[in-house]
Order: sequence, then C-alpha cells, then structure tokens
Amino acid sequence: MQQKDVLPMKAETEADKRSAVKPVITGSEAVIRSLIAEGVETIFGYPGGAIMPIYDALYDFQDQVHHILVRHEQGATHAAQGYSRASGKVGVAFATSGPGATNLVTGLADAYMDSTPMVCITGQVAAALLGTDAFQETDVIGITMPITKWNIQVTRQEDIPGAIAKAFYIARSGRPGPVLVDITKNAQVGTFEYEYNKCEFIRSYQPVPELDNEAVTAAAALINSAKKPYIFCGHGVLLSGAENELLSLAEKAQIPVASTLLGLSAVPVDHPLYGGMLGMHGNYAPNMLTCEADLIIAVGMRFDDRVTGDVSTFVKQAKVIHIEIDAAEINKIIPADVAIHADAKEALSALSQLVMPAKHDAWLEEFRFGHKKEYDKVQHRELYPEAGEIKMAETVRLISEKTNGEAILVTDVGQHQMIASRYYRFKNPNTNITSGGMGTMGFSIPAAMGAKMGAPEKEVIAVVGDGCFQMTLQELGTIYQSQIGVKMVILNNNFLGMVRQWQQLFFDKRYSSTEMVNPDFIQIAKGFFIPGKKVTAREDLAAAIDEMLAHNGAYLLEVVVEKEDNVFPMVPAGAPVSTIRLE
Amino acid sequence: MQKEYTVTVYTEDRIGITNRITIIFTRRGINITSLTTAETEIPGVYKFVITVMSTREKLDKVVGQIERLIEIHRAFVHEEDEVVYQELALYKISTKALHTAGDVEKLIRENNARILTITADYFVIEKTGHQQELTDFIKKLEPYGLIEYTKSGRVAIVKWSRRFHEHLKELDKSVASY
Repeated sequence: MQQKDVLPMKAETEADKRSAVKPVITGSEAVIRSLIAEGVETIFGYPGGAIMPIYDALYDFQDQVHHILVRHEQGATHAAQGYSRASGKVGVAFATSGPGATNLVTGLADAYMDSTPMVCITGQVAAALLGTDAFQETDVIGITMPITKWNIQVTRQEDIPGAIAKAFYIARSGRPGPVLVDITKNAQVGTFEYEYNKCEFIRSYQPVPELDNEAVTAAAALINSAKKPYIFCGHGVLLSGAENELLSLAEKAQIPVASTLLGLSAVPVDHPLYGGMLGMHGNYAPNMLTCEADLIIAVGMRFDDRVTGDVSTFVKQAKVIHIEIDAAEINKIIPADVAIHADAKEALSALSQLVMPAKHDAWLEEFRFGHKKEYDKVQHRELYPEAGEIKMAETVRLISEKTNGEAILVTDVGQHQMIASRYYRFKNPNTNITSGGMGTMGFSIPAAMGAKMGAPEKEVIAVVGDGCFQMTLQELGTIYQSQIGVKMVILNNNFLGMVRQWQQLFFDKRYSSTEMVNPDFIQIAKGFFIPGKKVTAREDLAAAIDEMLAHNGAYLLEVVVEKEDNVFPMVPAGAPVSTIRLE
Repeated sequence: MQKEYTVTVYTEDRIGITNRITIIFTRRGINITSLTTAETEIPGVYKFVITVMSTREKLDKVVGQIERLIEIHRAFVHEEDEVVYQELALYKISTKALHTAGDVEKLIRENNARILTITADYFVIEKTGHQQELTDFIKKLEPYGLIEYTKSGRVAIVKWSRRFHEHLKELDKSVASY
C-alpha cells in the first residue's frame, strides 16, 4: 500500500514548490485527509453508488483509518455515538445518498437530543443532477435540518476541507451535537490544490459563553443561605468533564446530588452525597425531595418532561440556579432565579471558591430515609428475590458486582434500561451509554460496538430487551466481521415490557400488540458465529455471567426474566413528581 | 396573550437559512404572517423581519432556539412600540375609471400615495404605511375599479438598536468563514 505524504521531502523548482505546499488531489482524498487531520481513526459506514469515490480513496489509507462496515446505516450512527460517548472523541459515520442518507435520520436525531458529537458524511448525486429526482437523490439537507446542529451540502471539491473543518469544530464545541456534510459526486472526483486548516472561529457562533461573575456571586449567595440545597447533575457535567468540580462543590457545602438518566456515572453511586436518579423511574427520595428542597442547583441539564413530571408543580417552592452552556435551555421549561450561561466545569469551579463550607445533616438524613423506604418496599425484593422467575434487577445487580461497577454499560430503551440505570453501581465517568432524549429502541447493540472500539481496554456490556434486540440484531454481523468483543445480555420477558406495563396500569390491561413470539436468540448468535447461553433458572445465573465475562470476544447471554414484571417507583406521565408510586 | 409581534433575525448569507429559521416556528405551530429579508449595510449579513401572532412567552423561547443556529448572529422579539415599521402596497386601477370617477389627484395627495406608472389600460399606485392604512386605501380606491392589490411584508427599524449595529460593524472586520 502506498503511503501518502502531505508534504514531499524536497522541493526543487518554483512549480514544484507550489505543488509541494498544496498537493493536487481529488475531493475524495481530501475527505480522508481532512478526517485524518482531525484525528479520526475509526469510521462506521456503508458504501453505495454516490459515495464510492470516497470509499475508493479510503482504500489507500487503511493503515491510518479503520473503517467498520456496519449492516445498516442506523447502526453506523449509533456506533459513532457509542464511540464518541466512550472515548470523548467525535464519532464519524459514512453513508451513501438516498436510502443510505435517510437511514441516518434516527441516529442523527438521537445524537441531537443527547448532545453527542458526531460527523456524518453522505455521498450525493452530482451537482448537475440536484433537484431532478435522480437515482438515489434525496434532499438530505432538508430532511436533517431540524435534527442536526449544523449541516451543509458541498458541491465543489475546493470547499471540502473547509466544510469538514467547520463540521468538526461545530460538532465538538459548546453543546456538542451531530453535523452532516453532504458531498456531491462531482466534488468527490474533481481535483484541486489541497490545504487543511482547522476551524477555530465562526463569527456567528459563540460556543463557550464568557462566565458572568455576577451570576456566580449571586448563585453562591443563594447556596450559602440555603437550608436544603440540592444538586441536579446532568449530561453537561460529563460533557464538560466537570465531575470533580461538581463533587468539590457538593462536598464543601454537603449538598446532596441526584442525577438525570444521562448524567449517570458522573458521580460514583457509592458516594455518600449521591442520592440516586431523578425522573419517571428514578429513585424515590431524589424525586420526592425535589418538593422539599429550598434551592435547586441544576447543572448541564434541560428539565426534560421525564424529570419534571407536571411542570406547574415542579420545584415551585425552591429557588433555581441553572448552569447551562446552551442559552436556549435556560428558562425553556423551568424559570431560573439565577442563570449561569457557561461551561459547567468553569462555572462550578468558580462557584466552589465562593461557597462556604456547610453541613446539612438533617437534610441528608431525609435522602437516607427515603432510600431506606424504597429499598425496603422495592429494591430488596427485586435485587435479592428468593423464589419465582429471574428478575431483571437481580441480573443487573450480579453484572454490577461481577464487573465491580467498572464496565461501560450500554442500555437500550424500556424496562431493562430503567432497571439497569437504577441498579448498576457506576464507578467511573462516561460508563453509562443510553438513548435518553429520543428513547431509540435498537440503540444498544450498535452503540456498544462503537463504545468497545472507542474504549477497547474496557469491558463493554450491552443490556438489551428482547424487542430492542430485534431492531438492530443484524449488527451481530458487524461484531463478528470486525471481531468486536462486546458482551450482550438480553433480558427477555417476551414482551415489549414498558408498553405492557403502561397498558397494565393505564389501559386496563388491554395488551394490544405487546406480546412477542420470539426466535431462538442463541441460534441467531450462533449463525453469526457468536457464542452464547440461555439462562432460565436463578441457580444458573451467576455462573452464566461469569462465563460470559471470562469469554474472550463477543458473547450473547439471554436471561429469561419474569414475564410481567414492572418497574417501580414510577411517576405517572404528566403527574406531579410527588405522586411517585412505589407499587 | 396572543398578539402581533415583530421578530428580527440577523444571519449569515447561507443557502437554506430561511428554512432553518421558519422550521422553528413550524415546530411550535406558529403561523408566520409576513416575512421580509434583505442584506444589511454589512455585506454578507442579512436581516429577516418576521411578523407573527403569538405570545411573548412562546416567542422568547423561539428566539432562543433561532439564536442557537450556527449561522445566526442575533434574534430578537419586539413589541409593537419598540419598532418603527412600514409596509408597502401596490394598487392597479383601470385607466378608464380614472377618467370617469372623481378626483383621484386629491385622493393620492391626501393618502400620501404616488403614481408609479400609467398605461392606456391601467395605472399603478404605490403607498407605504401600516397594514390597516393600506387596506383602508383599498376601500377608497374601489370606486375607481381596483384590478389588483399586493402588499409587502414588514420592514422594521428597532428603536434601541444602535449598540447592536456597532457590533454588526465589528463583524465586518472578521471574515465570514466558509
């Protein structure tokens, strides 16, 4: 394979010198070189007519960029998301025009909702054919406009490096998000003098606002006078790497912390100030005590309706400090008494300096009391059942114990997701990867694949439902072909469990289209040359998990769990969080 | 309370920017009643003037979401008394009616309108003002046989915008990136 150098060693004539500084290459090669210049090592993608020149260029750079051939473009996006969330880098996905591009839609929307930096590159028909309903032409720019942080169509090869530089800058700066670059075929094949300059400034875009010291002072004053302060830790804490700053603040003033679904793993579950998870299926104490707190310090979160329940009753008695990098989130749902429009790390570290050491023993005791109530009523029987079918929660507990809370847990969407999020005892930041805002079924298998590529040294475990698994199970082909050592645990209740739970509680047990007649999952894995085991009895569960973890390479564990198990506590949709039910 | 607001948006000159802006109104089910856009005094910076019927609370959030777009400089929502604005209307009238009906010269003079062109068949009158004035003028022209009427969207100058325009001029010095 030919190694291509951007700069030849020696330039002799004037003409040589010019071409030496700017090599004349195709747009396709420029795409690959630009990605390499951005530090891209892994690409998830699927070729097709309109992106073939880019794949052809990729062929010469296989020693520098690892392309993972997925089985569906949606898988490429989720893999890129998982890669990004595990590694902190920008995930990259390739797809062709038309159906390739439209298959990216779910992943783009998911990454947009969950602020995941991703750059998708799509091939497009030649510029001369745009708008003519050419074969595999689709208006991917129009389609993805509302679900990308930014997108652009490039029709001239000389615009490729600039567009890619801007794409990476936008994807990873400020509140991160997905970006799509659509490149017409003529631009891929045309040649030009290539030069790459990283983008560091866009005049209409201010990703990191200047910290307003007056707001920080006002926030500190509120914290210093609060009797029952309460920190909400959101995804923004992880995205800005502010875990230590958050804990310093919490520890200094002894403030309890609860996490949103996407904020999980920012604070170790066993930390004495950690109260649990907020939200519809979060923990009892963190939800109930939102009604008792006199001050909410919301960090890098957006008050999703799954967290607030009925907005008109949510944290009404409390003052609210909202630390948030995206101005559009401030006052969107919950009005802030003090808004700190800033990067979480910077804001928290400034705030910690001004906050006085304090004790809130009685207040923290309320969290412990609430936890005990939930443990006695719900958790104990779920985590340590003695009879009956296997419970989802005991499976997650065993996985958590056997991985010492140090695995990257990738979950799909539904009951198993809530159970895994509730019971896995996260130790390290960025070890929880799930589809939060979009709730995309089928997320976990491709996302786990990407996570393992992004953090090969870590144990990556996908916990998936039987419904979700069947949405993207074709990615087992990718896992086999690329030898990606992910562990997959299907919690199989032969139901679309969460919908069934709602049908039981709110639709008079009318189980409309939620029962699944499932295939033999182990045989399916076998077809993809992935070993696996099915467990139906409690006494076999621990050994089966050990076997899975001991296996070198991908492994599928199917655990047949209680068919009509429910996730509690639960805040009914749209109800005040104080109506949280324990049973 | 629902009422008419003027939203102004300063943008980069990019393909699709109108779509990016209007889609945010669409999501919240807000109908745009008029929209005008043109380049500002700063080359490459465009100004949108959008009128909508909505509530202040909703529009404050819409404007926040518009400002989040990469190629938007700023977006504002204005109450009626915060802007000086005009709309422009053209009225096409039969030339025959001009000769037979009453004193058209007086009508044009009193309404601050002007004649743009006259042909053998029709003539075109231009008038600027607020929507109500422009539609009121239709009634006055009806005796003359109005053939066609058309009206522009709003153009608006914000009363307190001096400092923002200084910021815009600063932009002039920084080159628009690709």
